[in-house]
Amino acid sequence: MAKQFNVALIGNPNTGKTSVFNQLTGLNQKVGNYPGITVERKEGICKLDRGVKAHILDLPGTYSLNASSLDENVVIEVLLNKNDKDFPDVAIVVCDVENLKRNLLLFTQIKDLGIPTILAINMADRMKRKAISLQIPEMEKRLETKIALISSRKNEGFDELKELISNYKQLSTAPCVDASVIAPDYFDRLRKTFPNQDLYKLWLVITQDVNFGKLDRNAFQGVASFKTESKSNLKRLQQKETIRRYQFINETLKDTLQVDSANAKDFRSKLDRVLTHKVWGYVIFFGILLLIFQAIFDWSSYPMDFIDESFASLSEWTKNTLPKGDFTNLLAEGIISGLGGIIIFIPQIAFLFLFIAVLEESGYMSRVVFLMDRVMRRFGLSGKSVVPLVSGTACAIPAIMATRNIENWKERLITILVTPFTTCSARLPVYLIIISLVIPEERVLGIFSLQGLTLMFLYLLGFGAAILSAYLLDKVLRIKTKTFFVIEMPNYKVPMFKNVAITVIEKTKSFVLGAGKIILAISIILWVLASYGPGDFNNAEEIVRQENIGKTTSEDDIETQIASFKLENSYIGIMGKAIEPAVAPLGYDWKIGIAIVSSFAAREVFVGTLATIYSVGSEEEETIKNRMAAEVHPVSGVPRFNFASGISLLLFYAFAMQCMSTLAVVRKETNSWKWPLWQLGAMTVIAYVVALAAYQFLK
Amino acid sequence: MPTIAHLKKGERAIIKEFPVDLVPLKLLEMGCLPGNEVALVQTAPFQDPMYLNINGSHLAIRKETASQIEIELIN
Repeated sequence: MAKQFNVALIGNPNTGKTSVFNQLTGLNQKVGNYPGITVERKEGICKLDRGVKAHILDLPGTYSLNASSLDENVVIEVLLNKNDKDFPDVAIVVCDVENLKRNLLLFTQIKDLGIPTILAINMADRMKRKAISLQIPEMEKRLETKIALISSRKNEGFDELKELISNYKQLSTAPCVDASVIAPDYFDRLRKTFPNQDLYKLWLVITQDVNFGKLDRNAFQGVASFKTESKSNLKRLQQKETIRRYQFINETLKDTLQVDSANAKDFRSKLDRVLTHKVWGYVIFFGILLLIFQAIFDWSSYPMDFIDESFASLSEWTKNTLPKGDFTNLLAEGIISGLGGIIIFIPQIAFLFLFIAVLEESGYMSRVVFLMDRVMRRFGLSGKSVVPLVSGTACAIPAIMATRNIENWKERLITILVTPFTTCSARLPVYLIIISLVIPEERVLGIFSLQGLTLMFLYLLGFGAAILSAYLLDKVLRIKTKTFFVIEMPNYKVPMFKNVAITVIEKTKSFVLGAGKIILAISIILWVLASYGPGDFNNAEEIVRQENIGKTTSEDDIETQIASFKLENSYIGIMGKAIEPAVAPLGYDWKIGIAIVSSFAAREVFVGTLATIYSVGSEEEETIKNRMAAEVHPVSGVPRFNFASGISLLLFYAFAMQCMSTLAVVRKETNSWKWPLWQLGAMTVIAYVVALAAYQFLK
Repeated sequence: MPTIAHLKKGERAIIKEFPVDLVPLKLLEMGCLPGNEVALVQTAPFQDPMYLNINGSHLAIRKETASQIEIELIN
């Protein structure tokens, strides 16, 4: 078998780089993380002619090799380190035909690193409509490269691109811009100090604050002495370099690119006039938000009910079919109930990621950022905080990662700290089940369901809490930063089905697998703790029967009494009783207490935990909801999930920071334990106090 | 000297000078360089942020940054 070679896919954001990646690799791709950081790593295999395979790495989108974020650092680290296992044998720079001028800046930088580079000009299908014509052979000569005109939307030009990839060894490695002309003396000194190194590479090492830990340190020893130039001097040189590159690009394009602007139909400005309008822009945005929530609650309830019932019958079927014993019980009561608690999320998560993917792909998200910036700034946030706050309704983890493009550190930190208040999908099962138990199934004004309104209120509460705490943090935090804010307003595009589908599948899969593992483990542990116990637990039958001597208790009731006696004296019962004093003022019993404690790992564990605790000791086939509804206070006989304790629980979950994965991501993104710990402490205190007040007031 | 912050909708201008330290490098890389053309496409309420077409690139910046960049209007 021929040896695989490495291809790196590089490009500006919004050039359709991901679609090119999807076309080249099909579903033959793997999404993971770069070691130690949360930057998404996408790689795949592209089959070429004669059985040759190319390993394709989709590098994060970047405007240049001057990194200003973690994502962009990855690009530089891969490209500067010849010993890196990802170091490309050939680079493909993807450009948008309508933004060639700007996109080529990055291309010239990659070329100057001496890496064989193919230029893939994407969205070629729009050339006719936009009256653009290109002189490809001349352009190839000037840029010292090979060009493929492609259209990922129409799936055109990919055979030519693959052909170029196969023949990468024939590509020129000559640079196109000589960066050293911007400061000849300075670069002369560099050349003399490091005779064996590539000058442009040295320049990048000097100007970037990248962690070059993986780079060959010896090779760059002494580079620090060249940083003596003041920061603004270096920046002035970077500006000169950028100007130099644009000069080269302008000269090249003047002779090779023609745009007949008279013929160009401007669809974008017409849409922009409405979508970024001072009134209609906001009306449309809120309309879209409403539509999203409607979809998530209304449309996904059908598959969710189906999943809930299916798991209840599966559990029952397992119990009846398999031979009786500990293993069957573990399977039916621990594993299947626990899994049901996670799989039920799939419809909602898929819907949310579907909408977010469509909004991002279409280019609309940038308009929202534009519209909201001024409003958000009043609360210490940025327009770019809208994307994290909206995606926070799916999951705080990708949302916090999405804060990376916020340039201002203070605005970014505040966004990270308040995002977990937004109602993530993990809160939903808790909300849904409790709302259905304690809020009557009535309609207000004959149209709006009371339960739906409650849910909407909880969402607004989450946003409100996020905004309000941002405002407070803005006043409290003393961080001085410059307010930088630059956002590209990309062209509108009809989202490509394939891209959206892949995003939805990938995100849903990683959510289910990630959370699934934790939930499965916790379900098993809980089941063991609930099924075994010390002392009285093992004599439960005798003790209960003794108590019932002389009474006319039916055999069924005795069975139930034995089961609940066992549960109370199991390990988990003992632990639960120990924490009961802390949760009793909030209106919870020890079972809910256990569920809350175990859901510190992840909120959605709450329902799974209750499912496991309640199904241990109950024989009938029941959905989780019916089991919860049947729980009553042992003394008063009031349902355990009544209005007061239900509202208290809803509020607790609205405010509490119960997600270990989020804390881990905050730790990574802020690079300190200080912020996640503050976040955890503050949110838990707020949750406890609000839930306490609500219960005491309502009971 | 007028700056980008003074631009009215539909007006075009040539970028003159600006203090390098107060303008992010990313903006320069997107084409905001002396000599290039800039036009105002749209503004959000209170003229902030401003949606610009600089050198063929469409982007939005805050008024604060815009007011650092001096321009000369094209008639």
